[in-house]
Amino acid sequence: MSFLVALLVLPLAGALAIVALPGQAGRAAAFSAIAATAAAAVALAASVSSQGVLRLEVGGWAPPLGIALAADGLGVTLIVMTATVMAGVSLVARGTFAPELAGDRAAFGFWPLMLLLWSALNVVFLSRDLFNLYVGIELLSLAAIGLVAIDGKAAALAAAIRYIVFALAGSLLYLAGVVLIYASHGTLDIDLVAVRTPSAPDGLALALMTAGLMAKTALFPFHVWLPPAHAGAPAPASALLSGLVPKASFVILMRLWFDAMPDRASDGPLVLIALLGTAAVIWGSLAALAQERLKLIVAYSTVAQIGYLFLVFPLAGGTSAGLPWAAGAWTGAVFLALSHGLAKAGMFLAVGHCMAAAGGDRLSAVRGLAKVMPMTAFAFALSAVTLVGLPPSGGFTGKYLVMTAAFASGQWLWALVIAVGGLLAAAYLYRPLAMLFGRGAGASPVPPSRARQAVPLLLAGASVALGIASAGAYGILEIGRPPAAEEGL
Amino acid sequence: MSALTLYALTGSAAIGIGFYGLIAARHLLRRIVAFNLIGSGLFLFFGATGARGGAADPVPQALIITGIVVALSASALAVGLLVAHARVAGRVVLPEEEDGG
Repeated sequence: MSFLVALLVLPLAGALAIVALPGQAGRAAAFSAIAATAAAAVALAASVSSQGVLRLEVGGWAPPLGIALAADGLGVTLIVMTATVMAGVSLVARGTFAPELAGDRAAFGFWPLMLLLWSALNVVFLSRDLFNLYVGIELLSLAAIGLVAIDGKAAALAAAIRYIVFALAGSLLYLAGVVLIYASHGTLDIDLVAVRTPSAPDGLALALMTAGLMAKTALFPFHVWLPPAHAGAPAPASALLSGLVPKASFVILMRLWFDAMPDRASDGPLVLIALLGTAAVIWGSLAALAQERLKLIVAYSTVAQIGYLFLVFPLAGGTSAGLPWAAGAWTGAVFLALSHGLAKAGMFLAVGHCMAAAGGDRLSAVRGLAKVMPMTAFAFALSAVTLVGLPPSGGFTGKYLVMTAAFASGQWLWALVIAVGGLLAAAYLYRPLAMLFGRGAGASPVPPSRARQAVPLLLAGASVALGIASAGAYGILEIGRPPAAEEGL
Repeated sequence: MSALTLYALTGSAAIGIGFYGLIAARHLLRRIVAFNLIGSGLFLFFGATGARGGAADPVPQALIITGIVVALSASALAVGLLVAHARVAGRVVLPEEEDGG
């Protein structure tokens, strides 16, 4: 129980401490907060896997007046993934954001923003109240926008402003949906909304909230803000923005369509959502193929990888709800989200090491770096294995589950999207890999220390291990899975 | 027309005007104002829906106050970014929207 509260309070306390306490004391407090939050995440996962869904009514007030928090399989796996990425990023960021290297502004700003981001992610993964989710996703957006703008250059600031326009428009759409739901049902608790009597404005509310969350997730055609924002930030910040932030709005979408209003999910809108996901896969991959800068390739790859997640909606909702393949599709999408988070964070950190050594992120600048920094090059390659979806990675498990569901349901189009997307990913990741492992380095680069190079390798390794140990993760995900996705194939 | 309908209609009008501003305005400060206009319209609408059946429902009031705090922080961040961008780049529109502004 108390781990639920610790996951929300500890990062906030750490963020406050590093702002309030001077110099080293603040940093020490922040690092203890990071370690303690990561420990709480693991402890929460352990107790959820032994005791099932943990529920907490904050302050002892039961919904509809109070706000409920609940840790189910979906929330807790994402919390553990977030904690892994956060721990890895903070190890690398200690070097990147040393005051003498990054300047006082970024060195001071990164840690509170990172901790606020972490707290907001945990709020979103645990909350069962639609308005509390709104506050969580707003805190998340504000912290993420701060991270985009952290180096203070004109391009980064323009990217942050573009991001905030989309994020604010998205949050207003979401809020409008929340207002409509409260007006017709008098509650915002997800479990109470699920058992309401359906009313006319539900469809409009769901549409508004979905559109808003799509803008925040950067689903095609709302993706235009993402590549400059993710590519412009320093590498550890990009790892957080690309690996973790889109998962939060996606989780809210899953909770809306599968937990709160599964009865409202008709096939038309669900297929439309999946078609937008398809467009994202194709467009993001083609755009990644055309880029000449390493970071932009990785950022456009995020646009494409987000697209896969949205294929779950027609496969596990609508007329597919409760049918034998729904559980596989639902679990597969979560696997894709988890493995993308780990692999993309590892890839951005590896790119950051390459940029630091080569002095730039043009493809030609990183030629032959594998010879000088084999660990980093291997981390990039291992992340690529997950993103392409080769066995035995977590990306493969996710794609396999979703594809099986697509064939079982007769909606083979989505399986085709996954296959084509995998091929395109192999194509756009081949170019940086060929450069990294090519012959002839330029000027003699100075590689980062071995300990820092090990971090992206560990994250990429975790994304592969997720596929090898998929049975364990599958078991945890079954805890508190929505009724629409109860049965397995 | 009851007072509540009037509130709801005023809120809807504010949302509409704000939405137009968010899309049509290039000047970023105008967009931030438009965002606040939509927010205010939503809160007004929310307050009106919360007053059904005579007695006021306290939950929308609590949510509106929270929402105002969130909107205020978002506006503050947006204005801060805009000022920083104007200082560094010397303009108050996004680079890709500069022409014909």
